[in-house]
Amino acid sequence: MPHETAVHEPHEHIFVPQHRHHFETEEQQREAGSFGMWLFLLTEIMFFGGLFFAYLLYRNWYYPAFVVASNQLNVKEGAINTAVLITSGFFMALGVYYAEVRNRKMLVWMLIFTTIFGCAFLGVKVDEYHEKYEKHHIPGASFSIHDFVNPPIDQKTGLPTEKALAPDMAQHTEIFFFLYFAMTGMHALHMIIGIGLLAWLIWRSNRGDFTDGYVAPIENFGLYWHFVDIVWLFLFPLLYLINRHPMK
Amino acid sequence: MAHQAHTDHHDPPNVTNPEHAEHHIVSPVQYAIVFGSLLVGTLITVLAAQVDLPGVLNPVIALAIACTKAMIVILFFMHVKYQSKLIQLTVACGFFTFLVLIMMTLLDYTSRSWGLW
Amino acid sequence: MSTHAVPLDTIVLLPDQATATIPKKNYITAEHGLLSWLLTGDHKRIAMLYLISITFFFFIGGAFAGMIRLELLTPQPDLVSSDTYNKFFTMHGIIMIFLFLVPSVPATLGNFLMPIMLGAKDLAFPKINLLSWYLYLVGGALTLAALILGGVDTGWTFTTPLSTHYLNTHVITAGMAIFVAGFSSIFTGLNFIVTIHRMRAPGMTWFRMPLFCWSHYAASILMVLGTPVLAITLVLVVLERTVGIGVFDPTKGGDPLLFQHLFWFYSHPAVYIMILPGMGVISEVISTFSRKRVFGYTAVAFSSVAIALFGFFVWAHHMFIMGVSNYSALVFSLLTMLVAVPSAIKIFNWAFTLHKGSITFETPMLYAFGFMGLFTIGGLTGVFLGSLGMDIHLTETYFIVAHFHFVMVGGMLMAFLAGVHFWWPKMTGRMYPESLSKLAAVTTFIGFNLTFLPQFILGYLGMPRRYHAYPQEFQVLNVLSTAGATVLGIGYMLPLLYLGWSLKYGAIAGDNPWQATGLEWQIQSPPLTENFTEIPIVDYEAYDYEWLEKKQKEQVTTVG
Repeated sequence: MPHETAVHEPHEHIFVPQHRHHFETEEQQREAGSFGMWLFLLTEIMFFGGLFFAYLLYRNWYYPAFVVASNQLNVKEGAINTAVLITSGFFMALGVYYAEVRNRKMLVWMLIFTTIFGCAFLGVKVDEYHEKYEKHHIPGASFSIHDFVNPPIDQKTGLPTEKALAPDMAQHTEIFFFLYFAMTGMHALHMIIGIGLLAWLIWRSNRGDFTDGYVAPIENFGLYWHFVDIVWLFLFPLLYLINRHPMK
Repeated sequence: MAHQAHTDHHDPPNVTNPEHAEHHIVSPVQYAIVFGSLLVGTLITVLAAQVDLPGVLNPVIALAIACTKAMIVILFFMHVKYQSKLIQLTVACGFFTFLVLIMMTLLDYTSRSWGLW
Repeated sequence: MSTHAVPLDTIVLLPDQATATIPKKNYITAEHGLLSWLLTGDHKRIAMLYLISITFFFFIGGAFAGMIRLELLTPQPDLVSSDTYNKFFTMHGIIMIFLFLVPSVPATLGNFLMPIMLGAKDLAFPKINLLSWYLYLVGGALTLAALILGGVDTGWTFTTPLSTHYLNTHVITAGMAIFVAGFSSIFTGLNFIVTIHRMRAPGMTWFRMPLFCWSHYAASILMVLGTPVLAITLVLVVLERTVGIGVFDPTKGGDPLLFQHLFWFYSHPAVYIMILPGMGVISEVISTFSRKRVFGYTAVAFSSVAIALFGFFVWAHHMFIMGVSNYSALVFSLLTMLVAVPSAIKIFNWAFTLHKGSITFETPMLYAFGFMGLFTIGGLTGVFLGSLGMDIHLTETYFIVAHFHFVMVGGMLMAFLAGVHFWWPKMTGRMYPESLSKLAAVTTFIGFNLTFLPQFILGYLGMPRRYHAYPQEFQVLNVLSTAGATVLGIGYMLPLLYLGWSLKYGAIAGDNPWQATGLEWQIQSPPLTENFTEIPIVDYEAYDYEWLEKKQKEQVTTVG
């Protein structure tokens, strides 16, 4: 499949209306903007990095607790959510494409689909969080280790669904759930902010602001959205898939 | 080449914009291929997690798949494959610093309190 | 050899005061009204807004220092209770580090000068620059809120589990304040990096940039990569305090040391964020007042980046007695020895710049000399502390306090004052009164040494830090220290007074009172909003004093 390259603009400066006076050329402005967004994403890598290290440490220290706690999460919901977010990212990427080829209607549709799938992701998360609330798995005063000390019996086999944990190890499941909520919560916060920005971008795209050569906000938002997607790509296996192999 | 002339006239070499990345547009077909790969990767991760592999292979495989997925998102969805060396170096620096945080802190923990307490 | 007559005792060359005026059109007069300042995108105006704000917080932090020294006049804990004393040193630390030292040079001098030094019209993202300032104000306001509501007493290091479980003071407010101020720093660094990479004027190659820009580049990398880790650490502390999740709580299986690893991962690079821009100032000042290009430009440039890189690998030297393993302590100690090398390279290069230079002793140069001596002492004592055996004895004593005050106050603050004095004529169009400023510089130097040299001895003899009572035999040294602090305070008040005075009554400075090289000295003082009437094309190296003499034969144009 041949790559499409942009038509090279004639080099006397054709400035889009959004050109900022302190830049000499359009290209300089766009490259600076993109570079700036990447630097911001670097700060996000380091921001989440602290949480990832905490996860690494406590998974190593309290592996049995992490296994049992992780199995409380619903793999189906997690996997579907992963697919939903990947799809959202796909639409965002297409949005960037349509902005670059100056197709206003398609750009708006792509942004709308990005938002819909983003909201779907958050909806599933709300459902998951609610389930945690009901089972007393939210860290803090209401946290209960009951399910881990006395695991529920599987109806079909008559066997416990999980290995029972000693009380002190069972207590450490709280750390798993804390990390679960902190990491997915921080991720969800970034998604919410992203959806807010998407609303603004949809409104402006509809006006035609981004299909006249000025694609930087769409491109740069795309970078942010894909980064948030990448964080989830790591969160999913680390939180949901610690040890899903069937019990021996 | 027209582009080269443009560069020389406006921008003496190695100055304001040392190397322009050709403004490359990634096609929807490429995006679709990446999209498909990501979904397949997710499926593989879930399936691999159901199998009990020896030693630390399970988390290693899970992370390897996650890293691969992240790579293709970065290279294609985020266009890094077609960006300037500066952007590519910047992305690398970000992951490098993250690794420094992880590795140097692990230096302490692995040498005094590793494994089950 | 210079062909024009330069008096031996000073290089200052002012325009004829009878006829000179401040250029009518400049960045200050360009627009009027409060909103034109509060909503400005002009990096120079933002720099001045920062200058006012950080001066405000400096004096509040200084007041706390005064209270500390007042208590320590007597061995007994007789002035305030221990809890109140804890609040004194905590607020002093938080305000001085996060609200003064971290933004001091970058947000004021860096913001003002970088675009001009590079030949650009502004920073890459002017709106984000303004946002940085507002975030700084919010961080400052939250800090004041924490202060007014009763203060924080954890120490600026927020060590867990003290800060998460054993104190009931306003840790959360203070944590949030620093979180917000951190983002101010991140955005400043981000702006600088993009500007340096993408907005240099034609001909301004990397190795023609002033060393001031190189140091800010290195510091900016640290700001962008290090500060977010502090941010997440503070979030975790707040969550620990509110929800009680146990991430740092040993009774719930958490590790208090995890906090320290994450905290110091930022806070050690933070000290380089603080010092690197100051080193950039010193490079400019020493070169100008020796009339010589900086010796070993490339080495100084690369050493800035090396400090930034190595700075990420040494943080656990703040944790040697906290329970880290012997093996990791060994590694971190070794790396700490290595990180001293690039700093030493700079000192050597500055010394060789001075060698056979035509040295004059204007105020900025006095501060620069002070920097070189005091930073060297501070840096060397840092190497002592990096050695494991020494650190066991010296850590958590006044030796550490002396060490970091030597580098931060004797070093960084002097560099800041050197820079403010050096570029004051450029920023305001006015000269400050030279004899008074020299007096202030000498007073500061004397006061500083009197305050902090005794603290090395106190620390070595075993006086712990953060205590407001001490054995009787330490009193003499403490009294000397407090006396010094008083002198130091006077030394810092003087610039506030005479710099303010100079705004109205100072001599008109002209474009290049120091006859210095650098693009900022080729434009009017104060500069136009857009800095240059036309973008300069640079075809000469930095610190090219021969080129300067040729150019001085031409008239520099001003507008209006």
